[in-house]
Amino acid sequence: MAKNDLQGALDLLILKTLSQLGSMHGYGIVMHIRRVSDELLIVEEGSLYPALHRMEQNGWVRASWAITDFGRKAKWYALTRAGREQLTSREKNWTQVVKGVDAILRFA
Amino acid sequence: MGLFRRILSLGRRARMEHEIDAELHAHMAMCIDQNMAEGMSREEAERDARLRFGSPTAMRERVSAEDAALGIESLWLDVRAALRVFVKSPGFSLVVVATLTLGIGANTAIFELLDAVRLRALPVAKPNELAELRIDGGNHGLGVSDSQYANFTVPMWQEVKEHHDPFSGIFAWRTGDVQVGNPNQSRRVNGLEVSGDFFSVLGIVPLQGRLIEPQDETGCQLSRVVASYSYWKSQMGGEPITAHTTILAERRSVQVLGVTPPSFFGIIVGSRFDLAYPTCTPPHPRGEVFSYSVMGRLKPGWTLERASGYLYSLSPGLFAKTAPDGYSSEELKAFKEFRLAAYAAGAGVSYLRDQYNSSLEILLAITGLVLLIACANLANLMLARASVKNREIAIRMALGASRGRILRQSLLESALLATCGALLGAGVAQPLSRILVRSLDTSGNTIQLAIMADWRVLLFAAAAAISTCLIFGTLPALRSTAAEPVASLKTGERGVAGNRERFSVQRAMVITQIAVSMVLLAGALLFVRSYRNLMTINPGIRESGITVGYFGFPSMHIKAENLAAYKRQIEDDVRAIPGIENAAATTIVPFSGASWGHTIEVGSLDGPSRFTYVSPSFFSSWEFRCLRDVTSRRATPMTTHWS
Repeated sequence: MAKNDLQGALDLLILKTLSQLGSMHGYGIVMHIRRVSDELLIVEEGSLYPALHRMEQNGWVRASWAITDFGRKAKWYALTRAGREQLTSREKNWTQVVKGVDAILRFA
Repeated sequence: MGLFRRILSLGRRARMEHEIDAELHAHMAMCIDQNMAEGMSREEAERDARLRFGSPTAMRERVSAEDAALGIESLWLDVRAALRVFVKSPGFSLVVVATLTLGIGANTAIFELLDAVRLRALPVAKPNELAELRIDGGNHGLGVSDSQYANFTVPMWQEVKEHHDPFSGIFAWRTGDVQVGNPNQSRRVNGLEVSGDFFSVLGIVPLQGRLIEPQDETGCQLSRVVASYSYWKSQMGGEPITAHTTILAERRSVQVLGVTPPSFFGIIVGSRFDLAYPTCTPPHPRGEVFSYSVMGRLKPGWTLERASGYLYSLSPGLFAKTAPDGYSSEELKAFKEFRLAAYAAGAGVSYLRDQYNSSLEILLAITGLVLLIACANLANLMLARASVKNREIAIRMALGASRGRILRQSLLESALLATCGALLGAGVAQPLSRILVRSLDTSGNTIQLAIMADWRVLLFAAAAAISTCLIFGTLPALRSTAAEPVASLKTGERGVAGNRERFSVQRAMVITQIAVSMVLLAGALLFVRSYRNLMTINPGIRESGITVGYFGFPSMHIKAENLAAYKRQIEDDVRAIPGIENAAATTIVPFSGASWGHTIEVGSLDGPSRFTYVSPSFFSSWEFRCLRDVTSRRATPMTTHWS
């Protein structure tokens, strides 16, 4: 089981978003998660950016500056190979956590 | 990759912070764009974005904390901040550093002594292979012992020289005096009598010429010597050694074979030899005179236990063969029951070690306690200072500094102080331990110890610094970051948040200080008391105004029939010198460490006794008190079994 579930979940969300969108800036990641989860999950900026920078230090994502669709300059993040491996293992881990929690909840 | 980036980005803090700012700014801008697209006015949009975003500074701190490169950079910033604090309060820093200097210095000084006396190995090849051969439990005062290191008689040495399976090489040595210079202005220097294999077994490489080898063991006339480096430098002018280099020793011209390297001082830690000369085997070696110390180098695969086992099985034959003549059957029985054993000798032998080992350990413990008191004191000082700094810390935390960051800075301040203290302490340790050595010196016996800072001493000083830093730094640091920022700010300028709790900690520390001080005080008083006792103890004989002169009659070549008259003549001559009250001759000077023992039988009772030859005036010159005078009743001279 993951050591810190909340943080693990945030990392998983960011990694998955990047793998779905290919490349995105911080604001786009927040909006994507919000939209896709039907406003159930709102990632706070205060957690997002430290997480992104940590992932960059770990070599899971790489960053570059580019212009957004609306003409603003922003820092875009994309998954690296290590990031994809990380995503696979985290996804597997997450399904197990969910399965485990589910089993506990359903125990009568 | 990560580390590389970190190192590359060192010194680029400003750029990286700028980049983070730009990224966060872009985020805000996009947020505002979105809000405006949803129909808000510009002001509303900006306000909403700022509210959702929170403090930009705190955010930047949190993001940059993730960038490890900045971690190293900010460490440097913290160091600079700490230095600024010290410069701003020089009095405080000076007191702390001075306290630590004294505390760590005193500890290191004692440790240096302990290191020199006990821990450091002899400066020879593979010292851990060296073993000393001794009689298990000592010789119980039987026979005559030349010195406290002497535990082999010449016949014993001759036996063991032939049977030393556990050892690849074996040698005997003893100390002696050598008379150098013209007869009318000669002086005695420290001699070291060594068997032929001494230097080769120890693995000493000559600095000049060659060292003593087995073929040098010829006659008992002193004919060749090896000089120590210090003797060669100071007394022989450091001239190169040739085949014709000679010095005047024992009234003859003696060839100097070579010079030992500077690091080699002999086998005894605490003294230094001047001249080494080969042993000789007298035609009729005496079986009761213990004169040599024997050491060997263990063969690979042999341990001390195995070697002791070998020596144990060798002992019955050896002691049966080397038993001295003229002793009673009980004494011979005791002699034949002696068993040899091997002891580690890699650190040499030392009476300093035997005499002062526990004293040094006690001293180290005492100075350790003093350091502990100093730490408690400093911790209190730091706490007092921390209460002043509370407000500053609260503001920093409110601005987004993490607790770890503040803790780090606080610990860093302590670490810097401790480092300064340790460096200065290591500096003052050397003179301190020299003073200590000098205080152990007696006029007749100078102690030559190499006091130097080797890796062990430096390690010790570093360990002392780290532990003091942890003791006096951690608690104040934890305390200062534990307080709620809001509470600290509310209490105003004085910043006395968590008042009661802090004072209880300080109280505990004061109690600790007083408790430890009491232990030290009691110890010091006891010490003074013992010292006074030692100073005022009455040994029953005269203690002051005694001058001892040693005469080497054998080397004077006086005819045996004239010797007694000659000795009387010397006594009379000395007594005739103005200012001399009395003079006496003896073979063993009281309290000198040498001994000569016999078993005394009185009827069915027997027990060991110590003997010495004395001239008639001995008891009156030493002012021995007579408990009961028996000379008048039984005037028969005492005879001994000893020939």
